[in-house]
Amino acid sequence: MRYIGKEMSRVDGVAKVTGRAKYAVEYKVNNPAYGYIVQSTVAKGRISKIDTSKAEKLPGVLKILTHQNALKVEEEGRQFRALQSDNVLFCGQPVALVVADTFEQARYAANLVEIEYAKEEPSTDFSATPRVQTRGPAPRGKPAEEFANSPVKIEAEYSIPIEHHNPMEPHGATAFWEGEKLTVFDKSQGVYGVRGHLARSFNIPEGNINVRSLFVGGAFGSSLNVNYYPFLAALAAREVKRPVKLSLTRRQMFTGHGYRPYTAQKVSIGADESGKLRSIIHEASTNTSSYEEFAEGTTRFGRTLYECPNYDSPYYLLKTDLPTPTWMRAPGAVSGAFAIESAIDELAYELKIDPVELRLINYAEKDPETGKPFSSKALRECFTAGAKKFGWEKRKFAPRSMRDGDLFVGWGTAVGTWGAFQAPATAKIRVRNDGSLLVGSGTTDIGPGTYTVCTIIAAEALGIEPKKIEFVLGDTELPKAPSQGGSITTASVGSAVYGAAGEVRRKLLGLVDKKEGSPLFGAAFEDTELVDGMLRLKSDTSKSMRIVDALKEGGVEYVEVEYQSRPSAERQNYTTMAHGAQFVEVKVDESLGIIKATRVVEATACGRIINPLTSHSQEMGGVVWGIGMALHEATEIDHRYGKMMTTNLADYHVPVSADVFSVETDFVEEKDEIVNELGIKGMGELCLVGIPAAIANAVYHATGKRVRDLPITPDKLL
Amino acid sequence: MRPFKYQTASTVKDAVSAASNSEGSKFIAGGTNLVDLMKEDVERPAALIDVSRIDLRQVRSEGDSVVIGAMAKNTDTANHPLVRMNFPLLSQAIFAGASAQIRNMATNGGNLMQRTRCVYFYDTSMPCNKREKGSGCAAKEGLNRMHAIFGWSDGCVAVHPSDMCVALAALDAVVSVEGPGGKTRAIPFSEFHRLPGNDPSRDNTLENGDLITSISIPKNKFAGNSYYLKVRDRASYAFALVSVAAALEIAGGKVKDVRIALGGVAHKPWRAKKGRGVSERKSCDK
Repeated sequence: MRYIGKEMSRVDGVAKVTGRAKYAVEYKVNNPAYGYIVQSTVAKGRISKIDTSKAEKLPGVLKILTHQNALKVEEEGRQFRALQSDNVLFCGQPVALVVADTFEQARYAANLVEIEYAKEEPSTDFSATPRVQTRGPAPRGKPAEEFANSPVKIEAEYSIPIEHHNPMEPHGATAFWEGEKLTVFDKSQGVYGVRGHLARSFNIPEGNINVRSLFVGGAFGSSLNVNYYPFLAALAAREVKRPVKLSLTRRQMFTGHGYRPYTAQKVSIGADESGKLRSIIHEASTNTSSYEEFAEGTTRFGRTLYECPNYDSPYYLLKTDLPTPTWMRAPGAVSGAFAIESAIDELAYELKIDPVELRLINYAEKDPETGKPFSSKALRECFTAGAKKFGWEKRKFAPRSMRDGDLFVGWGTAVGTWGAFQAPATAKIRVRNDGSLLVGSGTTDIGPGTYTVCTIIAAEALGIEPKKIEFVLGDTELPKAPSQGGSITTASVGSAVYGAAGEVRRKLLGLVDKKEGSPLFGAAFEDTELVDGMLRLKSDTSKSMRIVDALKEGGVEYVEVEYQSRPSAERQNYTTMAHGAQFVEVKVDESLGIIKATRVVEATACGRIINPLTSHSQEMGGVVWGIGMALHEATEIDHRYGKMMTTNLADYHVPVSADVFSVETDFVEEKDEIVNELGIKGMGELCLVGIPAAIANAVYHATGKRVRDLPITPDKLL
Repeated sequence: MRPFKYQTASTVKDAVSAASNSEGSKFIAGGTNLVDLMKEDVERPAALIDVSRIDLRQVRSEGDSVVIGAMAKNTDTANHPLVRMNFPLLSQAIFAGASAQIRNMATNGGNLMQRTRCVYFYDTSMPCNKREKGSGCAAKEGLNRMHAIFGWSDGCVAVHPSDMCVALAALDAVVSVEGPGGKTRAIPFSEFHRLPGNDPSRDNTLENGDLITSISIPKNKFAGNSYYLKVRDRASYAFALVSVAAALEIAGGKVKDVRIALGGVAHKPWRAKKGRGVSERKSCDK
C-alpha cells in the first residue's frame, strides 16, 4: 500500500483555515434577505392570538410567516413541521419567521411579534412520566430466574441528562429559487434526505432541487435527520423572491434540532463466584416527544458485549412535551455502555477480581446473541496493548489506595463497541487525458476527514498521487451515497471509490488490450494494476502504459465510471463489530470535589486504518466528548415551565482545553476480509463509547464513591 | 436587538452629563456583558454612552494605595507590575474569570457592573424580579445549584458573578465615583454592591449618572500569603460554584491579619468576618 495507512494532512485543511471553505450561510448570493425564527415561550397549548402588525411596520421587514399564512405541507410521518398549526408542542417551537433586509432587523422585529397562548400544563418531568415499552429482541435464556439463582448479584440504577451536540457551526441554510428550480445550501449530514423532504414539501420534482453541503462545521448527528429550518428558508425565499439566509442562534439550536435523550437505566447482573456472568437484565428508558417516537437502541450493544447465556434488555419510552430527540454521537451505545460498564465494574469490586480480568473471563469469542462468529474481534489484543501502555499492572485494587500528594488517584477501564456497518453507496470517477482526475460521491464530510480518506483510497486504487485527485462531495448532483452517520462512511463510500477505480482500470484496459503491439495486448484484467500513473501487468511490470497514453490510444478525452458498492452477502454469516479498550486515570481533590481526567489510553480495533493522522484526531475528539459527558454536560430543564434552561455555551459546559490532559490512542489493526474489500470498520463513535464509564469507574477507584448520575460534578463528590 | 442611540464621551464630565440628560441610557466600555444582554433583549437601553475612550486606563501608586483606572482592561490590570507585586490575589482572581478574549476587552469598571448570570434573569419569558420588578423569582424554587447561600431574599437568589470583585472585597478596595455636577464619592467596596432585599433590580449603590472612575486598593502586607481559589464545573470559562479570596499577614510567626472573601455565594462578594476573629493571633508555621 502506497497511500493507505500513511499519515496525510487534511486535503481541505488549507481551505478551512483560510476561509475559502464556505459553510451553509456563508455563500455569496445576490441580495440576500435574512430570517429570524420566533420561538414559543410556552411548552404546551395553543396560540390564541398572534399579532405581527408592529413588527411588520419596522424598516427592512419584508415578510412575517406564521401558521396563519405559511404554506401547508402534506403530512409526512409525524415529524415536526414548522408553522403548520396553532398547536404548541414544545417550548422553543418556531411560531413565526421574520424575514428582513438584515439579520439585526429581523431579530429586532422578532421581539415585537406579539403572541398570546392558551397554556396547558406541560409534562417534562421524567420521573413522573408514564413509560411505554418498545418492541425489542426476546430475552435470551431465562434471565430473571438465573439472576435470582446467582450467588453474586449487582443491581444499580443510572441516569444521564439530556445532552446537546453543540457543533461550532450553527445550523442554518441559504435558499434561492430560479424559476421553479430551488437551490439550498444546508448544514446537513445527508443532502439527498433534505432534497426529498423539500420536494415533498413544495410538491415539486426532486430534479428541480439542488442541495449542497460542502463543508459542515461539526454536526455529530444533529443534522442527520432533516431539520425544520431548510424548508422555512426555502419558503421564505419563495415568498420574498430573494435568496434567504436563515441561521439559528446558539440558544435556538437547543430546540432547533434533536438531542441525546434523557436516559434512566437499571442493570441487574448475576454471576458465579468465579466471575462468570450468569444473567444480565439491562433496562433502559429514554424520553421522546409527545408527537413522535424516537428510540435510540440504548440496550442494543450490551447484548453482544459478554458471553452471558441469560439476557434481557427491555426498553421504554417516556413521552414528554419536549422536542423529539435525535441521534447524537454513539447514540444508544455510549449511554448503554455507561450503565453496563459501570455495573461490570461494580461486580468486579464485589468479586474482588481485577476489572480487566473480569472482562476477559467473560470474553465473547462469538456473538452471544446469534452464535455467529465475529468477522474479526481484536478486543483481547486491545486490552493487552492498552493495559501495557497505561501501566495497569501497577494498579492497586482497593479504592482510595492510590495517591498523588493530596490527590486521590483512580484508574478505571471500560469496553467500547460499535457496529461495523456498511450501506450501498455510489461513486464516480472521471480520468481525463490531461491527467486530471475527478472523484465524487454525494456523501458529506462533517469533520472526520472524508475528503481526505476518499482521496487516499482513490490514489491507492488508481495509482495516482493524492495531490492530482480532486474529490468532491456534498451535492445532490453527485451519485447517491448514504448520509454521514453511524460511522458508515469510509466503509461505504470508500468501498464505492475503490470499486469505481477498478472499473476505471477495466475501461482503460479495454482501450488498449485489443491492439497488437500494445504492451498490454491480450492482458487479463486480473493481472493488471494502476501504479504511478501507469496501467501495467502485475506479472510483468515492464509491460506498462501511461494512463494518459491509454486514453490517447483509445482516442477518448476521458473515461468515466459510476460504481455502486453494496455490503457483501458473506457479511450475513458473521457479526461485524468494532471494539476498543479504554483506560482512564483521574486525580481527585476530595476536599473540593474537583476531578481531572489526567490520562487516557485508548486501544482500538476497527479494521484497517486508512489515515492514522485523522483517525487519531477523531479518537481524541471522542475522548474529549467522553470527558464532557462524564464530567460536564447537561441540558437542564425547569419542569414547571417545560423549558430547557442551560441553552448557551456558558451554562452548557463542554470541556475546555484545560480539562484535557494526556490522550493516547493506539490502533490494533485487524485484517478483516469479510467486512468489505478494504477491511474498513467505522470508528467515529466507537472511540467515545466506553469513556464515560471508564471515568466513572476511575472516580470510584479514586474515592470509593460510585456516581451513577452523570455528569459527575464537584457537588456529587462532597 | 432594539435600536439605540450611541455617543462617545471623551471626559468623565461629558459622560456623566450625557447620562444625566438621556433617559434610559447606559455606559458602555468593553461591552462584554452589556451587548450580550441587549442581544437577549434583557437590557434595552435607549442610548449607549461609550466611555471606553476616557483616559482612565492607568494603574499607579498614589500614597498608601494603588489606584487602578476604571477603563483599564482586566488583562492589563492583572499583568501590571504594581498589581502583581502588591496584590497577587487580585491578579489571580482576574485570571480566574471569563476567557482570555473577554478579559482583553473587559474593563475594571465594567467588571464591577456586570450582572448576574442567573438563567432566569437572561430569559425574558421567565419571572425575574431583577429584570422585571414584581414578576417573581423563578430561581428560588427552580434551577439554583449555583445560586446564593448567603444574604438572599424571597425576591432574589442571584449571585454576583465576578471573580475580580471577590479579591477587591478581601483587599478593602475603595471605588471612586463621579456623579452629576462633578460630585465625587469614595465607596468602600463592601458598600458598593448590595443585597437583593426587596429591590433586586439594583445590583449596587450607584445613582443614576454615576460613573466609576477608579478603584484604589490600600497597600498591605498580604502579598506573600494570599490565594484565590475557585471551584467550578470545568477548569476554565465557568462561573464559580464557590470561590475564596484568602490573605494572611504574618509577622514573627504569628498571623497578624486575615482577610477572607467568598464569591459565587451571594448577591455581592461576601466578606467572611468571623474568619478574622478565629484565625488572628494564631501562631503559624510556614
